[in-house]
Amino acid sequence: MVLFAISVVLLLGLVYWMTAGFMARQTDETIETEIMGLAEQYRRRGLNGLGQVIGERMRADPDGSAIYLFATPDYKPLAGNLDQWPPLVADADGWLNFPRQDTEAGEVPARARLFVLRDGLHLLVGRDIRDLVRTEAMIRRGLIWGLGLSVALGLLGGLLMSRRINRRIEAINETSREIMNGDLSRRIPDRGSGDEFDKLSEQLNAMLDRIEELMEGVRHVTDNIAHDLRTPLTRLRTRLEMLQSAAGEDLDGAGVAECIAESDQLLQTFNALLRIARIESHGPTKSASVALDQIAGDVVDMYQAVAEEKNVALEADVVPVTVAGDRDLLFQALVNLVDNGIKYTPPGGSVTLAVAVDGDDCCVEVRDTGPGIADAHKEKVTRRFYRIDGARGEKGNGLGLSLVAAVAQRHDALLEFADANPGLVVRLCLPCAVQSAPTNRAH
Amino acid sequence: MRVLVIEDDQDVASYIGKGLREAGHTSDHAANGKDGLFMAASESYDAMIVDRMLPGLDGLSIIRTLRASDNRTPALILSALGEVDDRVAGLQAGGDDYLVKPFAFSELVARLEALVRRAHPETTDATTLTIADLEIDLLKREVRRGGRLLEIKPTEFRLLEYLMRHRGQVVTRTMLLEGVWDYHFDPQTNVIDVHISRLRSKIDKGFQRPLLHTIRGAGYKLGDG
Repeated sequence: MVLFAISVVLLLGLVYWMTAGFMARQTDETIETEIMGLAEQYRRRGLNGLGQVIGERMRADPDGSAIYLFATPDYKPLAGNLDQWPPLVADADGWLNFPRQDTEAGEVPARARLFVLRDGLHLLVGRDIRDLVRTEAMIRRGLIWGLGLSVALGLLGGLLMSRRINRRIEAINETSREIMNGDLSRRIPDRGSGDEFDKLSEQLNAMLDRIEELMEGVRHVTDNIAHDLRTPLTRLRTRLEMLQSAAGEDLDGAGVAECIAESDQLLQTFNALLRIARIESHGPTKSASVALDQIAGDVVDMYQAVAEEKNVALEADVVPVTVAGDRDLLFQALVNLVDNGIKYTPPGGSVTLAVAVDGDDCCVEVRDTGPGIADAHKEKVTRRFYRIDGARGEKGNGLGLSLVAAVAQRHDALLEFADANPGLVVRLCLPCAVQSAPTNRAH
Repeated sequence: MRVLVIEDDQDVASYIGKGLREAGHTSDHAANGKDGLFMAASESYDAMIVDRMLPGLDGLSIIRTLRASDNRTPALILSALGEVDDRVAGLQAGGDDYLVKPFAFSELVARLEALVRRAHPETTDATTLTIADLEIDLLKREVRRGGRLLEIKPTEFRLLEYLMRHRGQVVTRTMLLEGVWDYHFDPQTNVIDVHISRLRSKIDKGFQRPLLHTIRGAGYKLGDG
């Protein structure tokens, strides 16, 4: 913007110098040429000749814009159309600028040059420059208006343009935010105008297509491995089982039971992986009305025994709410959260499962008194096989929260991890199906 | 027990046949839907295992046709499709149970035996169930062993009731999850084991003969001896 203003000022300055400056220079040149001419006349024809020429020239210039004054060495006027010698204050180039009395217009600006003749006689040749001054003023005014107008227009245009650019950049930002939030199918809108932004969007979209393709490929490979390994693993397990039953208790020392347990663990991991893949690849679930409070009650009922074994208090704090969703998946999600809560809460602590209405959302909250999750890990815990270092020793396959995230995504639910100080709060909020009356129900 | 296996995958079919033989059962095999339907309609089986996807005639159509002609042979559907909707469709067609491939053989046998047992209920409207000196009253929700009243929680009662109804049979963990809690899900921890051990401490502790047995690699069995 500053650059733009400077260029406009420079440009207009050039225009001013070329127009007004040119006129002034032309006036000056005319005067100088005339002085040269008159000096030449004086040299050739003497004092009388000069007087004659001046008289002729004054007659040839009826509107009196030319100024002549011929004076003695002590500035006494001899001939010319000035009544008296003007104040002798010359500028650096030897030019005199003075006001001249005009019979009609009063005081008008004049410009003249002094020339000293051979015998000390003074010759003053000048011009009435009121037209020049007026024109200069006019040009100046025009240029100032021009300057103001172009700066204003420039500002306005710049503002509009930058707003347009900002809007389009914002569209790109918006898309990248959504992609970072996990929706890799989003693309930058194309305005179809074929401008640079559309070309940029095209490039970025092509890049996103490629990334999505690659990620899809990786996921497929993982799923296929899980799928293909499941069958031989199941057979392995069955062979072990048959071996065990055929040989009776004699084989215990050979660790067949442990082998069966290991293969069960592997199968469980593969099943969980495939389950997540299936949940993710399906569209929005066929929604049935699900009583979230009942599911929460069932989870607590089921895990109460596990919590008691570990001396952890498991409590429910629910209000009746209904959501649209898949009963089994929501149960699974809550089981995973409660199971995690119990697993990471030290003996003597507590895990609370709350169901509450928050605006239009129905929220499930699992709060524990365990060590919590450091901020750096909060966004990553839903990744497949992601485990926080301290948790590696714990039993589990590192897929529990991935499954919760997949269930949340399928239900358009928001999954949040926050600090409970001490401990962790996991919130799962999904739109309520029916407005439920928030009456407390003891469980 | 005589079982009809309708399965087009030769590997799976021989695997099931071998397993059933080792478990002391006999089985016939049909490799496509038409043969399967013909065999199921013309012979008498205790149960049948039907693959859902079959060449010629699909598994659900076979079961639907049999049910329409009043054939009540218990049917267990095998499928690679594990979504709840698929399961519901299978059961609506007249299937009695649904097992997703791949499956542990112990799971298949346990479910099959449960189906056959269910098809021949001893007493339909009994209000008490007993095994040895353990007795549960379904109306009063009371449990007694050796005449002594045991204090038992509602969840434990439901678990015990399920085991009682399947007494003498192996019951897998998945069957308990579905039968007692009615959710199809994957428990993260040994939650079933915890419930079983609590139940065991109530009904077996202090008594000479244990009734609740753990079957390694398969599940549990409530049985006398």
